[in-house]
Amino acid sequence: MGTGWPPVLVQEMCFLPQKIRFILIQNRAGKTRLAKWYMQFDDDEKQKLIEEVHAVVTVRDAKHTNFVEFRNFKIIYRRYAGLYFCICVDVTDNNLAYLEAIHNFVEVLNEYFHNVCELDLVFNFYKVYTVVDEMFLAGEIRETSQTKVLKQLLMLQSLE
Amino acid sequence: MAPSSVKLQELIRVIRTAKTQAEERGMIQKECADIRSAFRDEDPAFRCRNVAKLLYMHMLGYPAHFGQMECLKLIASPRFTDKRVGYLGAMLLLDERHDASLLITNSIKNDLNHSSQYIQGLALCTLGCMGSPEMCRDLATEVERLLKASNSYIKKKAALAAVHIVRKVPELIELFIPATKRLLGEKNHGVLHGTVILITEMCERSPDTLRKYRKVVPELVQIMKGLIMSGYSPEHNVAGISDPFLQVRILCLLRILGHHDGDASEAMNDILAQVATNTDTSKNAGNAILYETVLTIMDIRSESGLRVLAVNILGRFLLNNDKNIRYIAMMSLLKMVQTDHNAVQRHRGTIVDCLKDTDASVKRKALDLSLALVNAHNVRSMMKELLPFLDNCPPELRSDCASGVFLAAEKFAPSKRWHIDTILRVLTTAGSFVRDETVPNLIVLITNASELYCYTVHKLYRAVLNDISQQPLVQVASWCIGEYGDLLLTGVCEDVEPMQVTEDEVLDVLETLLQSHMSSPATRAYALTALMKLSTRIRDNVDRIRKVVSIYGSCIDVELQQRAVEYNALFKKYDHMRSAVLERMPLMEKGSPNHNDQSALISNGEREGGGETQGGVKLQPPVASQTMDLLDLIGVPDASLPEALPQPLSQPLTGQTGIESSVGGELLDLLGGIDFGGIPSITAYNKNGLSLEFSFQREQGSLLTITLQARNSTASDMTEFIFQAAVPKTVQLQLQAPSGDVVPAMNRGSVSQSILINNPNRVALKMRLRLSYSVQGSSVQDVAEVSNFPAQAWQ
Repeated sequence: MGTGWPPVLVQEMCFLPQKIRFILIQNRAGKTRLAKWYMQFDDDEKQKLIEEVHAVVTVRDAKHTNFVEFRNFKIIYRRYAGLYFCICVDVTDNNLAYLEAIHNFVEVLNEYFHNVCELDLVFNFYKVYTVVDEMFLAGEIRETSQTKVLKQLLMLQSLE
Repeated sequence: MAPSSVKLQELIRVIRTAKTQAEERGMIQKECADIRSAFRDEDPAFRCRNVAKLLYMHMLGYPAHFGQMECLKLIASPRFTDKRVGYLGAMLLLDERHDASLLITNSIKNDLNHSSQYIQGLALCTLGCMGSPEMCRDLATEVERLLKASNSYIKKKAALAAVHIVRKVPELIELFIPATKRLLGEKNHGVLHGTVILITEMCERSPDTLRKYRKVVPELVQIMKGLIMSGYSPEHNVAGISDPFLQVRILCLLRILGHHDGDASEAMNDILAQVATNTDTSKNAGNAILYETVLTIMDIRSESGLRVLAVNILGRFLLNNDKNIRYIAMMSLLKMVQTDHNAVQRHRGTIVDCLKDTDASVKRKALDLSLALVNAHNVRSMMKELLPFLDNCPPELRSDCASGVFLAAEKFAPSKRWHIDTILRVLTTAGSFVRDETVPNLIVLITNASELYCYTVHKLYRAVLNDISQQPLVQVASWCIGEYGDLLLTGVCEDVEPMQVTEDEVLDVLETLLQSHMSSPATRAYALTALMKLSTRIRDNVDRIRKVVSIYGSCIDVELQQRAVEYNALFKKYDHMRSAVLERMPLMEKGSPNHNDQSALISNGEREGGGETQGGVKLQPPVASQTMDLLDLIGVPDASLPEALPQPLSQPLTGQTGIESSVGGELLDLLGGIDFGGIPSITAYNKNGLSLEFSFQREQGSLLTITLQARNSTASDMTEFIFQAAVPKTVQLQLQAPSGDVVPAMNRGSVSQSILINNPNRVALKMRLRLSYSVQGSSVQDVAEVSNFPAQAWQ
């Protein structure tokens, strides 16, 4: 579907039995606000992936489900205001659980930045990465308790 | 002297003011140049800020690899802020393929032992994201040690870092097993979560480990029980459900452990039932748990009551307002439709309703599922839903829907007329999306419904009057009009409103087809042949046909030209043969391999002249030399034994009408019945360790099946074993394919082969055998005669 993926890329992505392959936050225009990769890609491959995800996700509206099949894997996404939060997972994974994970993540961001907006994510991008790293690790969900994550984040902030 | 460095926030603000891509690029290049010179100066003061700026620019899509070494320096620094940016840079800019990544191994090792848990956390996180196999090997013991730490923050991170290690270096699985067993006893949810993930990962990679972990199923069940009784941990509450993420992970692990294992499955039956019935379904979190439960129930050896429960959950999902949930319900039902067909059937109504959903992917799943659910009872009502769906569905689904409908109609059509009506309906609505072999299939179907010729041709004629753009429809219609034009012209037919069709009108239609630019070359060929056939079926306008045919004699399309020229010849020189040649076609059979050849002939506008036989297009030429040898032995110089071949005759003989031995066909037909006639078996041959035993089964009348078993009592295998046989003149013989060609040594196994005998004259049965095989490198051949057949075998 869409533009052809280089065959090597597809193969790698199939056989790596990892749960999450990447997490992306993009705005409607296609600008990346966060890109966390849990597998190896070259920079140009990453760019291509980002563009593909953007193309696929922005054409969908409220009538569509939150899951898109993407070659041999799938993308769970949700739109919050002008931002698309996308997680790319295996075809066999539990869609609803990852949808919950996205929502969990967004709620933490909201708490941490006090009613987060896109600019917060732009100006504090390295802090967003910290949040991601507190909640996800090695392609898996790590910490799900919002209170715990927030406590850690505040501690980390005090060390700076 | 480097200018004082721009603050990160300031840089971001400035870059955002850029109005064009080019302006932004300019700003970034300038900043990069500044940063580069700062790096060269090795100034540690602003290193951290510079790298942060670099990372921001990297996120915008600009190259930043010159910052890699700086990240290393930052990681080595004692300050937390430095380390933090350095590790982030490492995760973003480096990956395990870079050699530079090895250089941070030492830093990570030191930081893993740091007194601050946050720095330990940073190190673990980085290792877990981009650790190469070498790094993993170096640091595995450190991580394992941290799994036993007292700090749960560290344990959580260590567990997932261990997941990454195990992925990269599966041999290290053993290292982590003891720690995980202890960790399962923890109360802390985060640690439990990480441990369950780790165990899942280990079990997925190593079947041995999987077996070891089956013992923890009871423990996992306990944890689940605790979770459901809630109050376990209010911190992990999501919409009133305690830690759905942990529940989902445990269910997933239970699935892996219970798969293919009866005991483990039994141990989890109760808890699965409990979760399935007690979970709150009003929120997404609850549904996520239910979904995972359903997946688990379907994948383990669960009792049938539980499976029905699972299907019912999915059925409820189908009624949910949330389209996400409907979608996953259908995905799962599709997987289950083969194994639990009846249970899924109960939800057929809801599934069919989902055909009208607005989301294309939901529609697609609904279509697949609906097609899978069609059976003989519901075929009429299902078609009533599927055919309107075909009218309205998005184009990418049309072709699948059309083929699905055809398949279902073929398997379950309640009557021929219904079948033809359905196919006609599909052709009129989605004609351009059907596959090529539909046209010949439909033609065969029509010829086999002789009572419906009149009805069919009328309907097709009307359809073509409306619309000539759908090629498959037009092709079938022209074929029918050609064949059954006389019925069309008589105008009378039940079930169809009477319509007076004149010869001129019919010819007009066919000529329009010939001339229209919407018609493909194949369609034109059909139309021309149909015109030709009509010349014997109509009375008044034969001249008109003659004219058209002669015009096309100079057509540019070679195929049409050839036909026209030949038809012209039929008019001129062979006019006396014309009516015989253009007679109605005989009934065709469907489903035999030759049928496909015939249909290939048909689709080119079958010409009945020319002396081609309809059947027997693919005959297997008997391998003459072998047969002749055997026949010589028995003294029968007669070619009426074409079947004494060791070749597997895998084609159904019912289609091969050319072969004399319809006997072969009958024999094959009758082979379905297993009828033990009680005839004693004999040892037909026993020499040099090879023994052949014949056992007998009498079929109807003069037919006999002999099953031979070849056994080898020597110390070495007999390979390339071939068995050939010949029988007396009036007896017919046919050999089926052997089960193999190696007879194992020491009677450890056998080769079996079936021999079919027809002995209509009931002569005394005798058989000449020729055997050849290789043993211990040398080949052996032998000839023998069998005359000790029991009387019941042939009398």
